[in-house]
Amino acid sequence: MQKSGFRSTGYAINGPLEGVRVVEYCSLVSGPYCAKVMADLGALVLKIEPPRVGDRARYMGPFAGDDPHPEKSGFFLYLNTNKRGLTLEPSRPSGKDIFEELVRNADVLIEDRPAGYMEGLGLGYEDLKKINPGLIMTSITPFGRSGPYKDYKAYPLNMAHISGQGYLLPLPTNLERPPVKAGDHAGEYDPALVAAVAILAALLEKAASGRGQFIEVSKMETLISMQRVESVAFANDGVYMTRTGGLNPMPGGVLPCKDGYVVIVTPQEDQWDALVELIGRPDWAKEEWVGIREERNTRSKEINEHLVEWLMQHTKEEIFRKGQALGCPVAPVFSARDQADSEQLAVRGFFQEIEHQVIGRTRFPTSALRFSAIPYRFERPAPLLGEHNEEVYGALGYTEQELAKLRDEGTI
Amino acid sequence: MDCENHGPLKGLRLTEFTHAWAGPYAGCLLALLGMEVIKVESRKRVDHTRLMSFSTGRHFTDPNQSGAFNNLNLNKKSVSLNLKKPKAVEIAKRLAAVSDAIMENMRPGVMERLGLDYEAVRRVKPDIVYLSSSACGQVGPEREYAGYAPTFAASAGLSLNTGYEDEHPSNFMGAIDLRSATTAAAALLAALYYRQRTGRGQYIDLASQETIAMLNGEALMDYFLNKRVRTRRGNRDDVMAPHNCYRCAGKDNWISIAVADDKEWQALCRAINRPELESDRRFSDQQARWLHQDELDEIITAWTESRDYYHVMEVMQGVGVAAAPSLSAEGLFNDAHIKEREVFRKVSHPVLGQNWVIAPPWRLSETPASIRRAPLLGEHNEDVLEGLLGLTSKELEELKEQEVIY
Repeated sequence: MQKSGFRSTGYAINGPLEGVRVVEYCSLVSGPYCAKVMADLGALVLKIEPPRVGDRARYMGPFAGDDPHPEKSGFFLYLNTNKRGLTLEPSRPSGKDIFEELVRNADVLIEDRPAGYMEGLGLGYEDLKKINPGLIMTSITPFGRSGPYKDYKAYPLNMAHISGQGYLLPLPTNLERPPVKAGDHAGEYDPALVAAVAILAALLEKAASGRGQFIEVSKMETLISMQRVESVAFANDGVYMTRTGGLNPMPGGVLPCKDGYVVIVTPQEDQWDALVELIGRPDWAKEEWVGIREERNTRSKEINEHLVEWLMQHTKEEIFRKGQALGCPVAPVFSARDQADSEQLAVRGFFQEIEHQVIGRTRFPTSALRFSAIPYRFERPAPLLGEHNEEVYGALGYTEQELAKLRDEGTI
Repeated sequence: MDCENHGPLKGLRLTEFTHAWAGPYAGCLLALLGMEVIKVESRKRVDHTRLMSFSTGRHFTDPNQSGAFNNLNLNKKSVSLNLKKPKAVEIAKRLAAVSDAIMENMRPGVMERLGLDYEAVRRVKPDIVYLSSSACGQVGPEREYAGYAPTFAASAGLSLNTGYEDEHPSNFMGAIDLRSATTAAAALLAALYYRQRTGRGQYIDLASQETIAMLNGEALMDYFLNKRVRTRRGNRDDVMAPHNCYRCAGKDNWISIAVADDKEWQALCRAINRPELESDRRFSDQQARWLHQDELDEIITAWTESRDYYHVMEVMQGVGVAAAPSLSAEGLFNDAHIKEREVFRKVSHPVLGQNWVIAPPWRLSETPASIRRAPLLGEHNEDVLEGLLGLTSKELEELKEQEVIY
């Protein structure tokens, strides 16, 4: 059966996007992760970083061995696998020329500068379109290119909160404590995924029509799009949702157990029955009202107290396996260590090792995009700062002397 | 559906066998980009999103009353086929034969039992792109495990990292499904691009758990590099301080403020009329501020708690400090920027009336989107089965009587 593995068709192709050329002029998470998705799909991605300093993610942890070295940031290394790396300062005249040369041969440009910045350099879409009418240029900004907040400053914390991802995130807390954002940089991946979908659609269209286009992505709008149902709850139904829950939450949710937490979700009656079976059909569960969904929802707090009594006697592994065997949707709250040890993820090859010049061999997450005809592979680790300058600029016709001069003046 | 389609995916057709949120929203994204998306569903087992809303807690008796369904199934067509009947499966297969792509998020094994799995469809449409989306994937010991957004968030490691360190982790909600859906849409488009160049279709095995694990790369890298297990810490950052939400005037109103460097810190001190803090040794550099963030939070709250959150945003942004309110669903709806950007759009629905939905999260210069309401259950039976497959109206009547079309 084909599902049992990803086989090779004999096509010598690295990924569905092989041959697609992408220029990335971005830092931190959103733009770089979008370009990583393209690179993981086999596109040739040239990542442009500011000379000498590089992407700001290089200065953010976790660092290998906790050594804050710009080539040891696990954060940067994760977000930039499979790309080639260049240094370039397009605000310098000779840098602008090189930028134009790179874009001339590209299918896609992804940039995350403030609205108007690229135009100021003479590298806006209208300028670049003249050089390359087939260019798909993607701009990722915090608030988009119009509207009262377009020039406002926002870090990931601010993006998460102004988009409602903080306020609408369920939390087992009280209203005395503020809403929180999703862990680490989770929300910063939303613009990346949305931009990747739009770029891929534009690439398909370009293959038919030959024309490129300009794609505007507002981070705020991509974050809202992921909560589109909750976001309209007030507009359509006058419902006030807070982190402490909507109306009548189902019993279950994240609950403590003997060695951590599990999460239980039972929207169907057969799933609720499976949960009751799992906990050994206790007397309270035999009462008539427990058989009625609406009653259970109104008294979910009371039910959860009963559930926790049982859960605290059992481990997450035990609850997970027994519950799933009975058909109850339950999962352990995994740590990174649990994920690293997961047999399911191992069987699927979700983690693979890459060799990196500075940090050596390390496991990395691969990709969630898995194709039967094209197995995932790490083509290369994230680039060292300016690693591919000679190779790429050399191919554009720059001599070693010229490159030395560009280096001295700070252009590359 | 006479609205003209300018989307970039015009001319491509997807048939989907999806339910809940993750599957349907992937199809919705593609439909918003102009793909013709035909949803196969049935009264026999109605998509629970048509019957209830997790977010509002509302339940419906009629399958066409759900705003959540409308918001997650925009621009699609609906065909009602009762796949318990062999004749319905035959028709579904004929639909597959005229489609470019198939998407399904049934429990692993269900499509195979129905005879609508990848191998079966490939026999009638050799270059089909076929995406299965499931909790844990189609292979592996957990392939049959059931899951919803909160379970993906938990097994992907995101829950453990979200919430207050002295409280339980977050349960998460639909956003998790929609992230899985957005990843699915990208995978399907990449495979269509590959097909366009090679003529080859293929199978995509998407595991929601993995789509979410990708968003948690920092925690995974910290473990792989340093064997450290990260956990939740509220709104706080590894480096930046202040970095939190602060109470403002009004009920449950908060503003998020993040300071990345000394310049921003000094600007903040002046904005809250506390210039003496600029030379306070407790806050002299980033590390000092990080170590004293409890004190910082108190100082900032003392200034924000009597003020309107939009006023705080304007004052802070005016001096270059990143500040933005923590908006509720009501706050989003009334926000001036969101209004000007037309993020909320009204569609006219025969049962719901005027219903607000969220606009596509991209703007394409040459191929702008049009937005149409979600279909009623079986609304396009004639359009698709007669128009596309060439069944006669008499055949349709018979199939309805036999509850094949149901």
